[in-house]
Amino acid sequence: MATLSVRLGSLAVAVLPVAWLVIVVVPIYYMVVTAVRPAREYLTGNPWLPSALTWDNFAQVLNSGFAVFLRNSVIVTVGTVACQLVVSLLAAYGINRSMSGLASRALAVLLLGLAIPVQAAIIPLFLVITRLGLYDTLLAVILPAVAFNVPISILILLTYLRDIPSELYDAMESDGAGPFRILWQLVVPLSAPALTTVAIYNALAAWNGFLFPLILTQSTEVRVVPVGLYAFKNDHAIAVPAMLAAVLLSATPLLIAYVVGRRQMLRGLAAIGA
Amino acid sequence: MTLPAFLLFLVFALGPLLVAFPLSFTQWNGLGPITWVGLDNWAEMLRDPIALNAVRITLILTVFSWLLQTPISLLAGVYLAGRGRYRALLGLIYFVPLLLSTTAVAITWSNLLDPNFGGFNATARALGLTGLASLNWLGRRDLALVTVLLVVTWTFIPFNALLYQAGARQIPRSLYEAAQLDGADRIRQFRHITLPLLRYTMVTSSMLIIVGSITSFDILFVLTGGGPGTATRTLPLHMYFEGFQSYHFGYASALAVLLGIVGTAISYVLVRVSGFARVRSGQMEAT
Repeated sequence: MATLSVRLGSLAVAVLPVAWLVIVVVPIYYMVVTAVRPAREYLTGNPWLPSALTWDNFAQVLNSGFAVFLRNSVIVTVGTVACQLVVSLLAAYGINRSMSGLASRALAVLLLGLAIPVQAAIIPLFLVITRLGLYDTLLAVILPAVAFNVPISILILLTYLRDIPSELYDAMESDGAGPFRILWQLVVPLSAPALTTVAIYNALAAWNGFLFPLILTQSTEVRVVPVGLYAFKNDHAIAVPAMLAAVLLSATPLLIAYVVGRRQMLRGLAAIGA
Repeated sequence: MTLPAFLLFLVFALGPLLVAFPLSFTQWNGLGPITWVGLDNWAEMLRDPIALNAVRITLILTVFSWLLQTPISLLAGVYLAGRGRYRALLGLIYFVPLLLSTTAVAITWSNLLDPNFGGFNATARALGLTGLASLNWLGRRDLALVTVLLVVTWTFIPFNALLYQAGARQIPRSLYEAAQLDGADRIRQFRHITLPLLRYTMVTSSMLIIVGSITSFDILFVLTGGGPGTATRTLPLHMYFEGFQSYHFGYASALAVLLGIVGTAISYVLVRVSGFARVRSGQMEAT
């Protein structure tokens, strides 16, 4: 019996990972191969083996407005990350250094925010954004994206800041350094890995975010990539190979980042569960 | 120093969440005046067959998402936590779906599963599997939910596998070495060492799957739009259509509050049981 179960175990370890590999790769391969095949053979050719390779599909989507969507997504992502790094680092530093009860109460409120489902707040958020005159602007996408990830970002930073020995702060203070010089010369360099994690987590959320731009923007001039992809799906002028070329383009920056810094990317991705 | 973060959080996250509750007692078309209607929206919810169906579909999706994702993620994560070049290479590929937006995933799958032109049905035709070749995966009422469930599983397993991988890497190797000396085989080691030591990871992962399923919007919205008919219309989708398509913002707010209560209740359990609570209490002592 024991040998049978050992054999079954070994068999499972050999077979299951390959099976899962196939399940993961097949749709991605289909997406890539359809994106680079000539559009005219999409309906007739072998779906897994194109007869020729072409960049035409990429040119077609870029000329159909996708270049603008990419630009908007870059603005939203950079804006969200920059804003998040500044506000959450300031807040984490403030909470970490403060002895007052107010700071810990602020933290308690922020922790509550880990539990807010975006969907439950989206209608009043729409009300807030329209009343502030921000509807249909990129800022309408950036500000909520920052706000909803403030709690997790502060938490990631706090776990790092707690490990900075207070002697280091004292030494800088006795040198006459103000809070901002301490922040810039001591806290930022020492919490660089946490800042990277926060940046990656927020960048991924901003780049792939769908609900905020779907509801809080409308015009094609401020359309971001995920909403652009959705619009292509319902636009019959866009052929499937062009649509999948757009999908591939949308993932390219993250795929490059993944190849360059896989560890940091995965740490950023897992931040919410760690 | 905490002010900018706190203000942003208050105005664009916590504030809106709290406002959803009073808004659920009103009628509002998005532009005109907001009028008080008392409990009308809540009474309507109980009479709305689509809302009741949405609750049912959301529950089915949540339960089966958990049942499918948990064992596969657990096995994949534990496997990837092991050493070796082969596993490292597999890990590299396993996590690629994490980089795709849910919109990108949904568009890829909906084209792959297109009954007329998609790669899946074309392959089935070529292989002579006429039964499979004629299936309209996302267009048939009785099939769409199953298809959606499988795509959701494909999309979110990499994330959960990543959590389990991180958890499994924390387990000291000496435990396995000791077990090996005692003659415990792989399956026993898994049952008596790996599984018990991954229980906190399992709590975190389970709660994220559950909350994620209850509130999942993007992937269903792009994949099926809740259709055919209302066959895959979950609670968040119903809220979206009632609010942003039919302009019944009061009623949609009531649906949002229901969603918020369920989501927050489960997240609260998550915060209490998983690591967040430890971080929090440690922080409270420090401040």
